[in-house]
Amino acid sequence: MSSAAIEKPNRRDFLYIATAAVGAVGVGGVVWPLIDQMNPDASTLALSSIEVDLAPIAEGQIVTVKWRGGPVFVRHRTKKEIDDAVNTPLAGLRDPQTDQARVKKPEWLIVSGVCTHLGCVPLGHEGQYDGWKCPCHGSVYDTSGRIRQGPAPLNLPVPEYAFLSETRVKIG
Amino acid sequence: MSGSPTYVPKSALGRWFESRLPIMGLVHSSFVAFPVPRNLNYLWTFGAILAFMLGAQIVTGIILAMHYVPSATLAFASVEHIMRDVNYGWLIRYLHTNGASMFFLAVYIHMFRGIYYGSYKAPREVLWILGVIIYLLMMATAFMGYVLPWGSMSFAGATVITNLFTAIPLVGTGVAHWLWGGYAVGDPTLNRFFSLHYLLPFMIVGVVILHVWALHVAGQNNPDGVEVQNVERDTVAFTPYATIKDLFGVSIFLILYAWFVFYIPTYLLDADNSVPANPLVTPAHIVPEWYLLPFYAILRAIPNKLVGVVALAAAIILLAFLPWLDTSKVKSGKYRPAFRIFFWLFVVCCVGLGYLGSQEVSDTTTWIARILAIGYFGFLVVALPVLGLIERTKPLPASIADAVLAKTKPAEAAAPPASR
Repeated sequence: MSSAAIEKPNRRDFLYIATAAVGAVGVGGVVWPLIDQMNPDASTLALSSIEVDLAPIAEGQIVTVKWRGGPVFVRHRTKKEIDDAVNTPLAGLRDPQTDQARVKKPEWLIVSGVCTHLGCVPLGHEGQYDGWKCPCHGSVYDTSGRIRQGPAPLNLPVPEYAFLSETRVKIG
Repeated sequence: MSGSPTYVPKSALGRWFESRLPIMGLVHSSFVAFPVPRNLNYLWTFGAILAFMLGAQIVTGIILAMHYVPSATLAFASVEHIMRDVNYGWLIRYLHTNGASMFFLAVYIHMFRGIYYGSYKAPREVLWILGVIIYLLMMATAFMGYVLPWGSMSFAGATVITNLFTAIPLVGTGVAHWLWGGYAVGDPTLNRFFSLHYLLPFMIVGVVILHVWALHVAGQNNPDGVEVQNVERDTVAFTPYATIKDLFGVSIFLILYAWFVFYIPTYLLDADNSVPANPLVTPAHIVPEWYLLPFYAILRAIPNKLVGVVALAAAIILLAFLPWLDTSKVKSGKYRPAFRIFFWLFVVCCVGLGYLGSQEVSDTTTWIARILAIGYFGFLVVALPVLGLIERTKPLPASIADAVLAKTKPAEAAAPPASR
């Protein structure tokens, strides 16, 4: 082989690069629909909101409603549960958030019912803090749905919701 | 009676065909004349047992797919329909569900065999890695198959396993939504799992072909871990010696399989899976199928989500690196007294983790699981590399023939292998 004689790029090199570039774009254009078809489809995206009647939910009761295929907890909190949540010092929390930041009205806590560890549905009125306890891997949430013990990294998320009236709430 | 080493077609048609597609010659050289070490024990019949189980799962699976409906509203009822209405549907479904367990039982024995006898060492590294890929594909297939009946444990299993991906920083949730085709496990998830559950076994077949190909390039390892030096003295022909022995091994294994299917068909199933899936309720005590329990225990033993998922993945992926983690030049555990102790401790760790994975979480089980998980990883990344450097191994036999003949009487020692 001859030593490092650097040749000037010629028309052949240009054609190779141009062909490869167009080919890459073409392959990408074909592959993307094959991947994207697995994402949530139009009918799934359309099911974006539900309305919940709060009137029949007694104080202390937790109701599970289905929103976007998964559970949402609507909890009518007692005075003690609200006080416990409000009086928890933030310093000890894994995902620090005040109780006020997680509710619109203190007596109504609305949180996703999907454990932030691996997606099981936690059981209400269980665990050391009387909030929720996940049966799968033992994550414990308090009466504000905040993570207190176990492997879950985050608080139960608060979905977007708005009070339509005193007794009616729209989730999503 | 080992027959001709090369294939000679006996008929004119055979000669005509062989000169156009030499497939009979390939079969002959791979499964008839192929030389196998003469010292193989019954642990070497598990390759054939696994091939049989793969075939059995594909046949029963294709039949089940004729009657099953992959829809969240109809799947559970269609499985009940198979159990109650379809002719012999109960038999075919029990063969398939218990077949999965038998498949894993055989693969675990096959893998522990490979570890004990150092079958992953040069020149069989690629052979071993192909095996690890088959194992990964098996786990994916079994997991998706478990989701199909759409019982409450199916749903919880699908939720937990797909949620493992949410541990990935930034893109995790997007990946999970992409896998689900929604915001939670649902109808689209079930449909695609059915599609993939049908596809993956054929991918396993493809990798099995590569696995057997790699095996036939390197030749089989053997209980003494010394390579074949003299084909005449050290080996026997695959047919009839290995063929008949494999058939006998498969037959014994079939007795165990049949015992499960006919006497305790639901022993390995979970009662909670006889309850239809409900996205709003998770069963009080969720457990994966037995063959995934050790990894589940490792996941639960770690209090941090991301680290737990990484450890779970590492526990499986590390197996692919065994050829380089194990620094000993001596293959067989027969000649490695210190390795033997650690090997059995490793087995105890695996079985112990499996047991703990089936139990409810408590502080005690978590701590024992942590100790056993340290044992599991310790064997792979500490014991294997260090043992190779410090262990005093026993002297190896000069050849396979010497190892075999040392066990027999001197008078027989002179006899050639073919007359045995």
